[in-house]
Parts: sequence; structure tokens; C-alpha cells
Amino acid sequence: MADGSSLAANGSALVTGASRGIGAAIARGLAQDGWRVGVNYRADGEAAAAVVASIEQDGGQAVALAGDVADPAAPGELFEALESQYGVPVLALVNNAGISRDDLAPSLGDAEWDAVLATDLTGAFRMTRRALKPMLRARSGRIVNISSVVGLRANPGQSNYAAAKAGLIAFTKTAAVEVARRGITINAVAPGWIETDMTVGVNTDLLDAVPARRAGTPDEVAACVRFLVSEAAGYVTGAVLSVDGGLAA
Amino acid sequence: MATVTTEQVQARVVEALASFGPDESQITRDATFEALDIDSLDLVELAQIVEDEYGVILKGEDMKELVTVGDAVDLITQRASA
Repeated sequence: MADGSSLAANGSALVTGASRGIGAAIARGLAQDGWRVGVNYRADGEAAAAVVASIEQDGGQAVALAGDVADPAAPGELFEALESQYGVPVLALVNNAGISRDDLAPSLGDAEWDAVLATDLTGAFRMTRRALKPMLRARSGRIVNISSVVGLRANPGQSNYAAAKAGLIAFTKTAAVEVARRGITINAVAPGWIETDMTVGVNTDLLDAVPARRAGTPDEVAACVRFLVSEAAGYVTGAVLSVDGGLAA
Repeated sequence: MATVTTEQVQARVVEALASFGPDESQITRDATFEALDIDSLDLVELAQIVEDEYGVILKGEDMKELVTVGDAVDLITQRASA
């Protein structure tokens, strides 16, 4: 049996913000591991459809699901849509959807603060809360929160993003401990400088500080998520896995 | 919503609690959750089952007041019939 087979055989996986970048790589990777994947997107339906098409071309199963995780109604809608699509509980959730609204703290606006916290932290909380319902019943489940090196190490201009991503790590640890005895794991992955649309225009001082002397790729982040979602990672919970070329070390 | 009887609720609560570990014969109205080794996470799960079945939303603060199985059955029956 392929790794992660029992979980993947009995449930589906939901990846938020999966129309591009790291999320798309995670969705494709989980499909390769045998998961039926919900490819959530907020705005770019065409890109999400392309991710689904590439998964199907490789013999996998996936469905595109529209929804903004900052919307309090989104978790219920997304989970119900994915549950009815495949008729199995969602046993893996990857909270990947994230936005950034960079500015220095002295001039950072309330709207920029609130928007980033709403999507990157509150959205992940609400999705996790909804995910835990069927996972508690199933006595198994995997949740991976995509944090950031910025949650561990300063990056000027991203105090809102840093607060959200550090908050996500703290949330991960406490929620992981609360549900550990039910066979559910909750972990965080903290990517460093990964080449995606999201890093275009970000202060490149951080890239100069990467010990590996290069940017990472979405597939390198996806590989870590695939491990944490797998059956083999059943004893790993409340952990933060850095994927950053040594940046946070 | 149709009125549910105490007996119906009790049967469902006993079934749910038994799935958390204790032997069904131990789950009497007077049994305390503490004696049954039912913890706070079990009660959260019980609240979800109750919500799905009876549309009754039990908050953490409601659950904290519950000491015995009978307390839970009575609260759920009362809310479901309200």
C-alpha cells in the first residue's frame, strides 16, 4: 500500500488557496499520494480548474471549490461541498490560504492589519474548528497549517503577516495538544523564501540571508506537507517544520 | 422540531458516551462524568452529536455545569423541546 493509504482511502483532503504557488503544489502532491483533493480558491477559478485538470491528467481526483476563508460562512460551505462530492469525511486539511499587505508598522493601516489577520489566522482557525468535527468522530485526521519563517524571524515590512503566522504556530501547538488523544495531528510548516507570485516585490534582504544561497520551490514545501499528512507521521504533532534553507536556524 | 422524550435522549446519550470508552452498564443517570472517565473533549464531541441530532447547541459553559449523565439528558431534552 502506498504511504498514507488508509487515511486517503477513507477520506478526502482540502487545501485552501490551492489555485497557485505552494497550495497548488500541495494539492498535486496529495493527489499523487492517493487523496481525493478539494482545490479551494478565492478568485482565480481558471487557475484552480487548471490544477484540477493536471491532477486528473495524472490519474488523480480533485474538485475546484470557490470560497474566501476570511468569510465566516466559508468553512461550512467548503466542507459540505467536498463531503458531498466524494461521500467521505475530510480527513486532511491544509490551511495554506494567505495574503500579505506589507508596510512598516508606523504606517501600517488598520485595514491591512485586519485583512491579513482575518485570512491568515482567523480563517485557519475557523477551518480547523470545522475540520475537527468529523476528525474527532473518525478518531483520525491530519491538519497542516502553512505558517512562515516570518513567524519565527523578523522581516521588516511584514509585522501584520508575522503576527498572523506566529499566531498560527501558537494555535497549532495548543490545538494539537487538545486533540492528540483522538489520533488527530496538527502541525505547522514554516516556508522561507519560496519562489511564488507572493514573494514578488517582497523585501529581498531576507533572500540574501538564506544559508542555502537559493530560494526554495513550492514542491519542496509540498514534500513536507505530504509527509505530515501521511500515515507515517502519526506521532508528529504540534511541530513546526521549517522549509527555509536554514534561514530560521 | 418534534418533541423528543427523555428516554430517546437518554438512549442516544448513553450510546454516544459508550463510544468514548465506559461500559454501557456503568452509564446510569446518576453516574458522574468524572467516574466514567469522560473528559472535556468527550463532552465537546457529545455536544456535536447532540447538535447534529436535535439541533441543540450546547456551549462549553453549558457543558461545564454538567456533573452526571442525568444532568446532560435533562438539559438536552429541555432544550430540544423548547
